[in-house]
Amino acid sequence: MTHTQKRIFTSQVVMVLSTASAVVGIGFLFWILGVLIINGVDALTLTIFTTEGTPPGSGSGGLKHALVGQLMLVFYASMFGVPLGVLAGTYLSEYSQKSKIGEMIRDISDIMMSAPSIVIGAFVYAIVVAPMGHFSGWAGSIALTIIMLPIVLRTTDDMLQLVPSTLREAAFALGAPKYKVILQVVYRGAKAGILTGILLAVARVGGETAPLLFTSFNDNFLNMDMMQPVASLTVTMYNYATSPYEDWQKLGWAAAFILSMFILAINILGRLILLKKKVK
Amino acid sequence: MATIVEITEEKALEVKNFEFTYAGADVPSVKKLDMPVAKNSITALIGPSGCGKTTLLRSFNRMHDLYPGNKYEGEILFKERNILLPKEDLIRLRIQIGMIFQKPTAFPMSIFDNVAYGLRLQGLKNKTELKDRVEKALQDAAIWNEVKDRLTHDANGLSGGQQQRLCIARAVAVEPEVLLFDEPTSALDPISTGGIEELIVQLRERVSIIIVTHNMQQAARVSDYTGFMYLGELIELGRTEELFVTPREKLTEEYITGKFG
Repeated sequence: MTHTQKRIFTSQVVMVLSTASAVVGIGFLFWILGVLIINGVDALTLTIFTTEGTPPGSGSGGLKHALVGQLMLVFYASMFGVPLGVLAGTYLSEYSQKSKIGEMIRDISDIMMSAPSIVIGAFVYAIVVAPMGHFSGWAGSIALTIIMLPIVLRTTDDMLQLVPSTLREAAFALGAPKYKVILQVVYRGAKAGILTGILLAVARVGGETAPLLFTSFNDNFLNMDMMQPVASLTVTMYNYATSPYEDWQKLGWAAAFILSMFILAINILGRLILLKKKVK
Repeated sequence: MATIVEITEEKALEVKNFEFTYAGADVPSVKKLDMPVAKNSITALIGPSGCGKTTLLRSFNRMHDLYPGNKYEGEILFKERNILLPKEDLIRLRIQIGMIFQKPTAFPMSIFDNVAYGLRLQGLKNKTELKDRVEKALQDAAIWNEVKDRLTHDANGLSGGQQQRLCIARAVAVEPEVLLFDEPTSALDPISTGGIEELIVQLRERVSIIIVTHNMQQAARVSDYTGFMYLGELIELGRTEELFVTPREKLTEEYITGKFG
């Protein structure tokens, strides 16, 4: 074999290997989606959205309680997590001026991002659930907030840093005070990126089960009181899917399908926002 | 010692015994510098990279204050006050002394909002007046005809040369007394460069201009006075036609004839 032939051969081997790996990876994704859609659509009926949980075997139960509970948990988590994360990210990018404290917050936030979510659940159990004496929706939202915070913080920080410093200088050079530079120029430049980061963080906490297991716990009926245990799609799915009753298992599939579509939609929305930004 | 020509005009700015040291640096980047800046004229600063000309330029509107730890010494006199004093109101100073940057810095908003930005900062809310002043600024920056039909469009859709003229419009809209140009054409093609140079010359009637440039021909084309800086010092400041034809300092001569730099 000549040198050139050898290079062509190596190139082809690497190409075949990498293509095969990609196919395997994507194959699993579509397999999961396929199973989910087949079983999920099969279990999906309109009554699922309008009825609450019923005892196993009755075959007439729905997921209304879990859907509403899930939305409540994620909504309140976002109410706390998004402003806190965006403000903290703004501090890091715009005010910390590469100080030691800023670097420390950044590092801690990175560590928090990879912390197992069940550990965060246990932490919230210890500081909220145990003193209160019972599970509650608030405890669940707090756990989700803690998971959300480092993601929002880091994307905000990263996206703000992408705004060229000359743009800030240009605003300062026109006599703008710092808060106006940040609000009117820097945020505008980083808007699409921050929004996408927020959406991805919402999608991430929307799929969490472990931290909810021992914070918001679960409820088989609709409960809007955040001081009491609140149902969620994820925990409901876990309970129903592991139960021995066929109608509950079917509802578990439906819950899995709804949750996946919800998260898929948020992800696609996030990508669209970025795409629109780039086309401009 | 530096050779500094007598300035016959009124002075817009006067630098006295000025030193500037960047945060963490041991030696100052601008050393013991004295320099007058003539009013309603164009002063060009030339010199090799790292000679301190941009550092000096960014001291006139205290841009260095955005980053902690930088140190000014000496005086820069503007309207009979030393603007280096800590009590200086930086917002007022930056309204009076505007700046144009190397790369166009159009804000991510519409063309109109870009030009109105500085005016709105000053609290101008009246819609008709705002409209008039934006139009006037765009006309002054010779870009009105190109953008008058798309004032609501995103400013980032403009070409580089148009964006730079938009930035000039934004800067002149607030009617500054001094405009600082930091290599304003180094990111532009020759035709846009010509347009910006013409504009700078026209602006001289209303503002005093200091321009930092890497391009000696540009300095020769547009400026009334030229200062040559080297290693943080002002070597020579002279009338442009004299400095380029009969430089008094050997270093200046070597630089403008291309012996180094």
